[in-house]
Amino acid sequence: MSWEVVIGLEVHCQINTDTKAFCGCSTEFGAEPNTQTCPVCLGMPGQLPVLNTVAVDKTILTGLAINAHINLESKFDRKNYFYPDLPKGYQISQFAVPLVVGGYIDIPTKDGGEKRLGITRIHMEEDAGKSMHEGLDAVSHIDLNRSGVPLMEIVSEPDMRSADEAIAYLKQLHQLIRFLGVSGADMEKGQFRCDANISVRRPGEPFGTRTEMKNMNSFRFIKQAIEFEVLRQIEIIEDGGEVVQESRLWDSVKCESRSMRSKEEAHDYRYFPEPDLPPLRVSQQEVDAIKAGMPELPGQLRKRFETEYGLSSYDADVLTQTLESAAWYESLVAAHPADPKRCANWMANELLGRLNDAGKDLSESPVSAARLAELLNRIGDNTISGKAAKDVFDAMMESTDSVDAIIEAKGLKQVSDSGAIDAIILEVMAANPAQVEGYRGGKDKLMGFFVGQVMKASRGTANPGMVNQRLLELLKG
Amino acid sequence: MEIDVRKVAMLSRIRLTDDEAAELGPQLSSILGYVEQLGKVDTDGVPPTAHPHDAAMPLRANVVTNGNRREELQAPAPKTESGLYVVPKVIE
Repeated sequence: MSWEVVIGLEVHCQINTDTKAFCGCSTEFGAEPNTQTCPVCLGMPGQLPVLNTVAVDKTILTGLAINAHINLESKFDRKNYFYPDLPKGYQISQFAVPLVVGGYIDIPTKDGGEKRLGITRIHMEEDAGKSMHEGLDAVSHIDLNRSGVPLMEIVSEPDMRSADEAIAYLKQLHQLIRFLGVSGADMEKGQFRCDANISVRRPGEPFGTRTEMKNMNSFRFIKQAIEFEVLRQIEIIEDGGEVVQESRLWDSVKCESRSMRSKEEAHDYRYFPEPDLPPLRVSQQEVDAIKAGMPELPGQLRKRFETEYGLSSYDADVLTQTLESAAWYESLVAAHPADPKRCANWMANELLGRLNDAGKDLSESPVSAARLAELLNRIGDNTISGKAAKDVFDAMMESTDSVDAIIEAKGLKQVSDSGAIDAIILEVMAANPAQVEGYRGGKDKLMGFFVGQVMKASRGTANPGMVNQRLLELLKG
Repeated sequence: MEIDVRKVAMLSRIRLTDDEAAELGPQLSSILGYVEQLGKVDTDGVPPTAHPHDAAMPLRANVVTNGNRREELQAPAPKTESGLYVVPKVIE
């Protein structure tokens, strides 16, 4: 009998504001420890929190982008627990009435369709500080620069049925967040963190007991952790045991999870309304204004690229991974409008491939869209072959010489003069009399041999179309 | 309403002697019992009160107003090292 996997995800996403959620401290990453704190985010007695307006707007924008309902009145609560990186002894969060409720994300399915995954809510809260244990014996070190940085927690419905669906959801959400510009969403910097609630059941039966997997900071680890946990649970049940509801910590080095039961016991958060903050009220007009300023979303952009530029869904997907890359592509097409598909091929395969190899970002590309367009124009007007263009492109990545100067210097200008091509062909024929005889005797396959020889003799500069045409003519004899 | 005074003390990180626990348990239970009377009020159709003042929340502009005050702010800490707070080892 088969097992069905049930997964729900909680994503903590750092909102990219200049200042913290409730005070005027900087949120800049990488500052000297404890240099970005004040009495509010240190939890000193008598300090009052005041909410950051941009954090509110960005949470609303995210809610609108997932087709959620925005609560015009929402509330804040205290989530109480003791930990040295939480100076107040509680985290300000939204429990009873969050800012955003409902919504969904559509993920592509293997059969080319879409699956809709529900989102329960998005609430605002503040981050804790950072604890460091490594290399320390009897102590831990605490940096509170991150204490009070605004987060949104995006909670999904338990709608995912495999690790792959969970990853597809996370990638889609991650991309959306970056498009909206509401978070850097850099996983290595902890700006996009995921906890997974996982259970298994026989199809059609009620949900099984779930466990919560924590501490997964890359898509690869999340997939591994979910797959590990699913197998662990199935094994327990098939051996006649019962899954215990608990939090488990993923160890990406050992590739296994372990129970956090010690922490579990203390987890009675005793939520209660935050007395220091009156309700958060936003007007429908404010929500509408945020909606009006919403950028084109990845899904819309992908579809537009397919219809407007005739791209394959794969290319459209690659080029719309970030707003920046979509904009880069569109300025390339604007400068080389003759062939949007050629633009897509060159950008996706040649440019992004080379940048990736060099460990560079599109923003660090040594070749601008305008310059790449110049090269594509030279392919378009038959000055160079597509193959020679790759050599030119390699040179362009290293130098700022003009495209035409590089073509000239490398002697790659395509030969489309039939006299010159005929001369090369005749030379090749003279050097290979046996093959000429064979071809004339009916061995058509030798055509490929002649094309290769002529291209080689011309060092790739002969126009391939013309070589074919002239070879057919001259080989006839 | 019975209250588990040991659990409450543990959650609040307050150490109680047995005598204190025996004394405080019934006291806390009776306080909760007193407040529980509110449950008898018919609140159908009454919107929940989120805050005693019927005020909307004022918001803060997203502008950095605080500088580095580490030295001053860390002065009361029992122990620091290289700008970090030093606490007894915590690891999960």
